[in-house]
Amino acid sequence: MTDIPQIVGRLLQALLPLLLALACGALLLLLLERDPVSFYATIIERGLLSRLGLQESLTRSAPLLLLAAGLIVAFRAGLWNLGVDGQFLLAAVITAALAPGLAATLPPWLALPLAMLAAFAVAALWAALPAFLKARYGVNEIITTLMMTFLGISLANLLIKLPFNDPATTSPQTLTLATADRLPRLLGSTVHLGLVIALLALLLVHWAMTRTALGLRLRILGANPLTARHVGLPVTGLTFLAFGLSAGLAGLAGAVEILGVWGTVRADWNPAYGMLVIPLVFLARFHGGAVIFFVFVFAVLSIGGETAARRADLPNYFLLVLVALILVFLALTEWLSARPLMRKRG
Amino acid sequence: MSAQHQGKAPPLIRFEQVTKRYPGVLANDAITLDLHAGEIHALLGENGAGKSTLIALLSGMQQPDAGRLLIDGQAVRFSSPRAALQAGIGTVYQHSALVPSLTVLENLMLGRRWWQGRRQSATRRRFTALCNDLGVRLPADALLSSLSLGERQMVEIVKALWEGRRLLILDEASAMLTSAAVSDLQRSLTRLAAKGMAILFVTHKLPEALAFGDRVSILRAGRLVASRSAADLHRRGAEQAQSEIISLMFDAPSTATAAPAPPPSFQEKAPVLRVQGLRAACGEQEPQLDGIDFSLSAGEILGVAGIDGNGQRQLAEALAGQRTTLAGRIELGGEAVQAKSVPQRMKRGLRYLTDDRLGEGSLPAFPISLNLLLKRVGDAPFWRQGVEQPREIEAYAQQTISAHNIRAPGPHTPLGSLSGGNVQKLLLARELEGQPRVVIYNKPTYGLDFQTQQLAQEAIRRQAASGVAALLISPDLDEILALSHRVAVMAEGRIVGIVNNGPDARQTVGRLVVGGTA
Repeated sequence: MTDIPQIVGRLLQALLPLLLALACGALLLLLLERDPVSFYATIIERGLLSRLGLQESLTRSAPLLLLAAGLIVAFRAGLWNLGVDGQFLLAAVITAALAPGLAATLPPWLALPLAMLAAFAVAALWAALPAFLKARYGVNEIITTLMMTFLGISLANLLIKLPFNDPATTSPQTLTLATADRLPRLLGSTVHLGLVIALLALLLVHWAMTRTALGLRLRILGANPLTARHVGLPVTGLTFLAFGLSAGLAGLAGAVEILGVWGTVRADWNPAYGMLVIPLVFLARFHGGAVIFFVFVFAVLSIGGETAARRADLPNYFLLVLVALILVFLALTEWLSARPLMRKRG
Repeated sequence: MSAQHQGKAPPLIRFEQVTKRYPGVLANDAITLDLHAGEIHALLGENGAGKSTLIALLSGMQQPDAGRLLIDGQAVRFSSPRAALQAGIGTVYQHSALVPSLTVLENLMLGRRWWQGRRQSATRRRFTALCNDLGVRLPADALLSSLSLGERQMVEIVKALWEGRRLLILDEASAMLTSAAVSDLQRSLTRLAAKGMAILFVTHKLPEALAFGDRVSILRAGRLVASRSAADLHRRGAEQAQSEIISLMFDAPSTATAAPAPPPSFQEKAPVLRVQGLRAACGEQEPQLDGIDFSLSAGEILGVAGIDGNGQRQLAEALAGQRTTLAGRIELGGEAVQAKSVPQRMKRGLRYLTDDRLGEGSLPAFPISLNLLLKRVGDAPFWRQGVEQPREIEAYAQQTISAHNIRAPGPHTPLGSLSGGNVQKLLLARELEGQPRVVIYNKPTYGLDFQTQQLAQEAIRRQAASGVAALLISPDLDEILALSHRVAVMAEGRIVGIVNNGPDARQTVGRLVVGGTA
């Protein structure tokens, strides 16, 4: 069905922006009188080859993969849920608030799933308003989900400072989940079970979107809402479902990050992973397998890059420059590969 | 009001043997036509007669394949709409190009180059002067969305007059207007003509053409079949003039060798579809579907004629369930279905073949196999417990492709790479699958090659012969008369008459289409 040259072409189209961005980044490093070879070597060594770095990269991948799974659901359904950061943070706060109490009263095999379920539900609920506005009034969900992110971040801060504040600490933060009560580690490493949950969720989402009737319905809605109406799909229900699943998975990402890594949320904490994952999902063209690859590459880049930037005496923001370059070249290759098509059709 | 141009002066615009061809269509066939300053020239024609092409040629959107366009006796060639505008030709199109959220004045200042000033005072003076020319008062600073449709139309005209000071073209300008607004429009156009402008009033409404025009020309199948002065028409009396023009617009061409095959016979039985007082939700820019009454028996084909865009699509969508019913009843086999969803109506045997084949009827980027099953997603045997069964889906697609002679490399080919004819074969196969009871065909042969047209018409006949009731919406009156038992005529969202097909049907339908009475 898909032949080899086609696969190679797609691979090239996906990898080319990455390679071009790294090349361009190297030029920038040269201009700044830094050694690009040692810079990139440090990234590989600290993010991928060292035992500790690899474990950190894998741990970092867990929330990113869950966010990506959520984005795939929404994007394939043609709904631009750009509010994953707010959904992530609110769910994280709820998890941090509930988990210590649950862990104290229930066995861990029940307490942890319950906390994750609550996170999923809270995030899904946070997306209900944009879903309603989209389905009922056709309000652009890009705007509403972004707005809800700002509200979500503020609300999360408020919750941390008032009802969920741990009076025992000086800076505002929630109660801390004891290390023993957190997600179990894998095979004596520092990587927690969240990575497995994330990988399973992502593969499940990929399978559901490509191989089930529900996934096809969502894809029809995403491909053309007019067709969805013509063939009689329940557009309102599907819109709510896609938003709910997408946000819920983003919430699960927040829960996993808290239950696996931090155990608490501080008032100023907002990693804003969502905005970094969105381009990766595009880079992967909504394909689950490709997302795993790009997320891992990105995790290596950000974990190894922290050390590399410190060693090269560059601010951490230099990594954002690399990410931005990837995006620019992504857009360029997209444009260039679309052009011959347009010429043929025009 | 009558033509007062001097015999010697060359006409403002002359079409000389102008021909324009599109793939498979001769849209304008050696048309020779004069437009004089100070004259309102009404151009009549039914769907596909070539009116739009003629406007496109005049306004610089298209260039003729043969023949010449002369202005003041000089041959010209418009390379772009801007060139036509600079020659003084302004056009008001059927569909509004104004921005509702801007004020009248802002709308008029749109489209200026960046180096051109933004001075409002000059624009305002010009606006007032043009309004005086038209004899209307318009609020310059009101939001366009607060104006009535008639006032918006006037703003469109002002915009067209801004540069087009010699010829004003109005394309179906009265389609959405109330009768009071139409007479305002007539008064304004008469004033403009008196000031020496030429006006080309393109319409399908006979009464308006007769009321407005100093001269009435009739297009049919790309040819100019007649051109009559108002004086000439008045001399012969309104009734006879109307009959003559209707014949010119609609009569079967004398060159037709074979009479169309008679529609298949059917026995009158209890109606399988009954529609009473149907009113449906329609947008502001759409015809308002209202008061629809008709019934349909098994095996009967009811043609729906009328100028395109008079509510045919809204009717089809309301019946199919894509549009909310606001009032009235739709009974399918005795059961009220107006509150039922699209799939519920489909399960009861109602099928809708849409005219928007690629826009809503299918997904061009998806494979043929999934497009065939778009309306049955989740159904066994293609999905089991919600999981796709690729083998079943592929086998079904393979079988449909060969059974319906669809030219395609295979079931996985994206539908978008098929020809229009093959797309329609695929959609026909999809809608007629299983046991349909009522099928709505919306423009089933429109824009297709001859062979697929024959194939589609054959399918409609065959279905009817096997007892399926059909609603046949078509812009092609010949097709409707060749296939239907009865013909309903739609105008402005209503059914204005239902005619039994027979020798006199063409005249009667034609009369209804152009706004007369049966």
